[in-house]
Amino acid sequence: MLSLLLLLAACGSEQNDPYPRAERGQNILYSAFTERPKHLDPVQSYTEDEITFTAQVYEPPLQYHYLKRPYTLIPLTSDAVPTPRFYDAKGRQLPADAPTAAIAYSVYEIRIRPGIRYQPHPAFAIEAGGQPVYRDGEQLRDIEKLADFARTGSRELIADDYIYEIKRLAHPRLHSPIFSMMAERIVGLRQLGAALQDEARRMPAGGWLDLDRFPLAGVTRVDRYTYRIKLRGKYPQFVYWLAMPFFAPVPREVDRFYHQPGMAAKNLTLDWYPVGTGPFMLTQNNPNSRMVLERNPNFHGEAYPCHGEPEDRADGLLADCGQPLPFLDKAVFSREKESIPYWNKFLQGYYDASGISSDSFDQAVRLGVGGDMQLSEEMRGKGIRLLTSVRASIFYLGFNMLDPIVGGLAEQPTRLRQALSIAIDQEEFISIFMNGRGIAASSPLPPGIFGYLEGAAGSNPVVYDWVDGQARRKPLAAAKKLLAEAGWPNGRHASTGEPLVLSLDTTSGGMGDKSRLDWLTRQFAKLDIQLVVRSTDFNRFQEKVRKGAVQLYYLGWNADYPDPENFLFLLAGPEGKVAKGGENASNYANPEFDRLFEQMKNMESEGPRGVERLAIIRQALALLQHDAPWIYGFHPTSYTLSHVWLRNRKPTEVGHNTLKYQRIDVAERQRLRQEWNRPVLWPLAVVAALLVAVLLPAAIGYRRRERSTAR
Amino acid sequence: MAPVILWSDVLIWLLVVAAIALGWLSARNPLLRAAWQRVGRNRAGMASATVLLAFVGVGLLDSIHFRSLLESSAGPAAARPAAQAYSVDVLSLLDVALTPLRTRNEKTYSEPLATRAHAKESTEVRAADGRIRQSRDYPRLKYGGAHLGADEAGHDADVGDRLLRASGIAALVWGALAAAMAGGLARAEACSRREAWRRIWRNESDFAGNAVLVAMAVLLLLGLSMAMLATPYHVFGTDKVGQDVLYQVLKSVRTALVIGLVTTLVMLPLSIFLGVVAGYFRGWIDDLIQYLYTTLSSIPGVLLIAAAVLMMQVVIDTHPHWFTTAAERADLRLLALCFILGVTSWTGLCRLLRGETLKLRELEYIQAAQAFGVSDLRIIARHILPNLMHIVIIALVMDFSSLVLAEAVLSYVGIGVDPTMISFGTMINNARLELAREPMVWWSLAAAFVFMFTLVLAANLLADAVRDAFDPRLAGSA
Amino acid sequence: MLAYLVRRLLYALPILIGVNLITFALFFVVNTPDDMARMQLGVKRVTPEAISRWKAERGYDKPLFINDEAIGSAVFTDTIFFSKSARMFAGDFGRAEDGRDIAREIVSRMGPSLAIALPTFIVGLLVTVSFALLLTFFRASYLDFWGVVLCVAMMSISGLFYIIGGQYLVSKIWRLVPISGYGGGLDAWKFLLLPVLIGVLSGIGSSTRWYRTIFLEEISRDYVRTARAKGLSELTVLFRHVLRNALIPILTGVVVVIPLLFMGSLLTESFFGIPGLGSYTIDAINAQDFAVVRAMVFIGSVMYIVGLILTDLSYTFVDPRIRFN
Repeated sequence: MLSLLLLLAACGSEQNDPYPRAERGQNILYSAFTERPKHLDPVQSYTEDEITFTAQVYEPPLQYHYLKRPYTLIPLTSDAVPTPRFYDAKGRQLPADAPTAAIAYSVYEIRIRPGIRYQPHPAFAIEAGGQPVYRDGEQLRDIEKLADFARTGSRELIADDYIYEIKRLAHPRLHSPIFSMMAERIVGLRQLGAALQDEARRMPAGGWLDLDRFPLAGVTRVDRYTYRIKLRGKYPQFVYWLAMPFFAPVPREVDRFYHQPGMAAKNLTLDWYPVGTGPFMLTQNNPNSRMVLERNPNFHGEAYPCHGEPEDRADGLLADCGQPLPFLDKAVFSREKESIPYWNKFLQGYYDASGISSDSFDQAVRLGVGGDMQLSEEMRGKGIRLLTSVRASIFYLGFNMLDPIVGGLAEQPTRLRQALSIAIDQEEFISIFMNGRGIAASSPLPPGIFGYLEGAAGSNPVVYDWVDGQARRKPLAAAKKLLAEAGWPNGRHASTGEPLVLSLDTTSGGMGDKSRLDWLTRQFAKLDIQLVVRSTDFNRFQEKVRKGAVQLYYLGWNADYPDPENFLFLLAGPEGKVAKGGENASNYANPEFDRLFEQMKNMESEGPRGVERLAIIRQALALLQHDAPWIYGFHPTSYTLSHVWLRNRKPTEVGHNTLKYQRIDVAERQRLRQEWNRPVLWPLAVVAALLVAVLLPAAIGYRRRERSTAR
Repeated sequence: MAPVILWSDVLIWLLVVAAIALGWLSARNPLLRAAWQRVGRNRAGMASATVLLAFVGVGLLDSIHFRSLLESSAGPAAARPAAQAYSVDVLSLLDVALTPLRTRNEKTYSEPLATRAHAKESTEVRAADGRIRQSRDYPRLKYGGAHLGADEAGHDADVGDRLLRASGIAALVWGALAAAMAGGLARAEACSRREAWRRIWRNESDFAGNAVLVAMAVLLLLGLSMAMLATPYHVFGTDKVGQDVLYQVLKSVRTALVIGLVTTLVMLPLSIFLGVVAGYFRGWIDDLIQYLYTTLSSIPGVLLIAAAVLMMQVVIDTHPHWFTTAAERADLRLLALCFILGVTSWTGLCRLLRGETLKLRELEYIQAAQAFGVSDLRIIARHILPNLMHIVIIALVMDFSSLVLAEAVLSYVGIGVDPTMISFGTMINNARLELAREPMVWWSLAAAFVFMFTLVLAANLLADAVRDAFDPRLAGSA
Repeated sequence: MLAYLVRRLLYALPILIGVNLITFALFFVVNTPDDMARMQLGVKRVTPEAISRWKAERGYDKPLFINDEAIGSAVFTDTIFFSKSARMFAGDFGRAEDGRDIAREIVSRMGPSLAIALPTFIVGLLVTVSFALLLTFFRASYLDFWGVVLCVAMMSISGLFYIIGGQYLVSKIWRLVPISGYGGGLDAWKFLLLPVLIGVLSGIGSSTRWYRTIFLEEISRDYVRTARAKGLSELTVLFRHVLRNALIPILTGVVVVIPLLFMGSLLTESFFGIPGLGSYTIDAINAQDFAVVRAMVFIGSVMYIVGLILTDLSYTFVDPRIRFN
């Protein structure tokens, strides 16, 4: 009752505001995250949940242009996008158009701009003598969180910080996911890893490993602001890595600061409190409920871009041209595990935008006329906008090419795979389960990736007919015919009459959900093929795939960088899962494809080489479409919903440091929130009335009874 | 057809046998017989027993499984002596009875009794002049109300007409049943039919016949209405992939019954044996058993269940060759779940039985029997077990509803039944996201709620009746 | 008394060891160190080399129970079981697989869990006991009958429906409180209102019925009749005599629960986004974070045992006749 009274007393609007009253009217962006980030250390973080935060704090040398498409790299802290110099095995410099085979090393020289400063941080606090203030465990006694340190400092960004981070990739305790891959490329990284492992074994657990004592042959400091990275062979995709937090700067003193005894026990680690030069700094880190990014007072400054795609001007994305970034003072991310609260809070105006690619918002959107997505009338009335873009990823149903029934490059199993490719109606899947949030795939390459073809040229001739300027899925009869040619007429073995039973392995998150399984079973049933679905947990699934103990499996791939190599390598023979432990889970090995892949993988997409590369990719894709080692599922469309008061939002699939571009119209938000959240009070009255209705007869009854006993 | 015998089927039929045996035993034991007669007089109890019987009937129908023969392919190849090939789909008698519900799938959501889909869709229509025009409307359902043809306006009249006919048939069937009951009573009590009829309604007989008849009337009315409407329409609408929700709800009944009943079957022998042994022999055996159940019950239940279910999953996943069909896999997981729930819930009953045995063994006639050198086994079997029966029966009926409710929560946490198995838990889990849709999809959740609520409510009311009848402490006050 | 306590605590030791063994065995069958490594290292580009490095670094490359290669007591101590489980007795829960200190995490999450569980428990107890007393007072009247029907109906509804329905009505349609979230300090009440209300409502049915039977049993005893004969009013009889004598059976069910309140509620916490121990546990199960689950199981068992001891102690306060020897 007391709380009811309180509620009535404060009966203004916005009773349901989940944020402190003091925050109202401030320039704060509210958003949510579903999965808690595990690692914020730039050498470890790899998932999207983590990069949402790290990308705002850390600044690698390069970034993607916010508005331009296709995605274009531009300098972030460097003064230019580096172009490599090539050398042969004897150390002689080669011209830029030298044949790939002749190139033994490529060297990237990166020059960062002077004057960039780090965010205020206790690790930079320096005494008069130049010694760090916090250097032994003594001062830690009263410290619980990072904000408890009384003194902070800052310093300029220098080339050594970048070098230190590259060395950290080899750190034995950090388990960088890209270490093995980079060790193949960066000269001397593998040796550094071995040396560090030796050293780490001799050291007490938790001790500080000073990486400056160990040389890394392939990375050299030229001057205070310049460093060079030497790679084996030619690797044009390396510049994409330079736009990821893996290559962001980490100052040595910060690493040392966090390794003081007692720090880790208080969860004060670089993994939880990133230190960077970016526009924001992470001030509150409670991955269970709330993460807060605040404006970095030392930010070097950047201007909002003035050029973009033609339609950007109409969308108002160029209105802030030349304005200093960032616009926001603060961004608050709340943890939202359940989708219903998440969605409702968004509708009530307490989240300014849905998180990128969050499936919980699935329900809001549906396929409109002509395949474009639309919002419901009610939401359009609220001024909610929908932004979509096709993601640089693919979901597919892979065949294990080592399987005796569906595998192999022979004529019959190929026909079987082709038949299934036709029968499984991806368009229906997308419309039922994705609410139209995706486009059916014709090859591994999603739109926006070099090599993707629009229209008839891009359509998969095995699965689609090109009719009236549209791709139309081949009729079921065609699939049945292929199935018969494969030796399984009507789903029965041509000679033994045995029915065709296929098994699909999946994880409960992937296809494992009941309705999806039912749907899939029906698709197979269209060809009289019986499907047995085995859904397992992710570890078990991976183990099966690794051993090649699957027949069909369901997987997806998210691109690391926008280059066709990053998709086609998933089918390259040398990447075979069973043989090599690589990423080719289908164990597809077609020598012709491998040859084409080897040829195209190290070519540039620009200039004259680009035309040549495109031709090779087209050959490779035709081969993949014929062999059908995958049933190319779909490329999901990611979308964000944003409220009318959120400006400058453009969906991007590869760049993540987008928070600095966002702007909020605080007054408009305040007005609409108030309008949308007037509490409904009559239920309280009804509850009170009900209580009275129950208690009154009880009281009367009691009085009557008392009187009767008294008598 | 090849019969498929699932483990849970075996256990369910075993339970039926056990129930019959228990009935026979109770009939011979005057104490138990009197208690059951008290249950029979309880009107709420008997009404809910009737409802429960209907659920059990559905569950039993759903517990006879087989694989249908695949039709051999047409054409010349069919001439050869093809090996008998069976579908991988395991069907039950219920599936066969519900074939129209099972196979008539729409594309996606549709409201209860709807003739059109829940969401607008754009369709291409070729206009008279041959051009393709796009129009946006709610598409007609493939099956829902298909018999109406173009006459959709007749929908309400058709539904009303069917409801009327259903109530007519229900009235007829009910009349016949009521007459049979009155006849039976008349013969048993050797009075006229009219007199028997009066006694039933005035509640003067030894059996709450009026409650049973009312429950039957409601069941018949609802059941027949649903049956009449289920073929041409989707009574509870369709779900995301266009499956009939009524079908899913009916399939969930068996899962709920298995969870509720088989679990107790698993836990009973364990808790009876350990409880009696601990209470009777005392000493170190008692210490050991107490240690065992304190340890088990001190582990937070959900965590123990989570660990055990995950472990079972690993075992299932690493031995795919054990199962020829998906149904067998799902069944094993269901059984594992029952077993684990049994393991986590036997401790309570075991403690109760131990305490009761401790009390019983101090009684004079048991002391006397011991003094005469009657073997312990004989004393336990003849004197202790029969006196514990009422506790066991009460525990059995009381646990049922909480187990059914637990299944829903466990499935939500992801450690419940196999995701491919239809259960109330998986239905709720899938449906709760649908509430966030615009416009809201409420019928899956509502259907699951209504059926689950009815089942659990009936079970609770029956449990109350049984407890009141069996618990000697309450025997006087109720 | 002291001797009794010491004995009970000593008795707890083997139980805790048993709990540890069971969980350890269960989870290691489910989750081999390889699985853990893979789970932690992510999906992309995981090489066998990276997995063995991870295991070596976390100490998962040792044998499970017995180390044949070691000498002396190290045969038992240099194993995964000893290094991961036995240290818990000293309050050292180690680190979660994401590197956070578990003990610290538990301490920080206990607050939110208690903020939900304690009001739910107290309000729930008050409401149900008074409701049950009300029903007892009006026993065998229409109020009693419909009250019991209401109780049975309420306990037949799955907890999931209470939460889904409550959030839908109160937060979405009526917009009275935030739909989910948690804030410290004074702001917390608006977040707690709905979960507490739902927690109380979902518990009313079964507890009220149970208390009612206990009260009914008491009320049929002789001393109640004597008290009535003395001319005491019915209310005095109920509160002074019946309630006090019914305390023992009530305490048996209630006191055991109190320490377990720390553990939080799995469902409520994840639906309402409360960063307590319940959601911690669910996250750990989903992420197969063995270290956290093990710690939670351990704490849960300790709390359970504490609850048992507290129950015994509470008897002595309620009924002075009970003494421990």
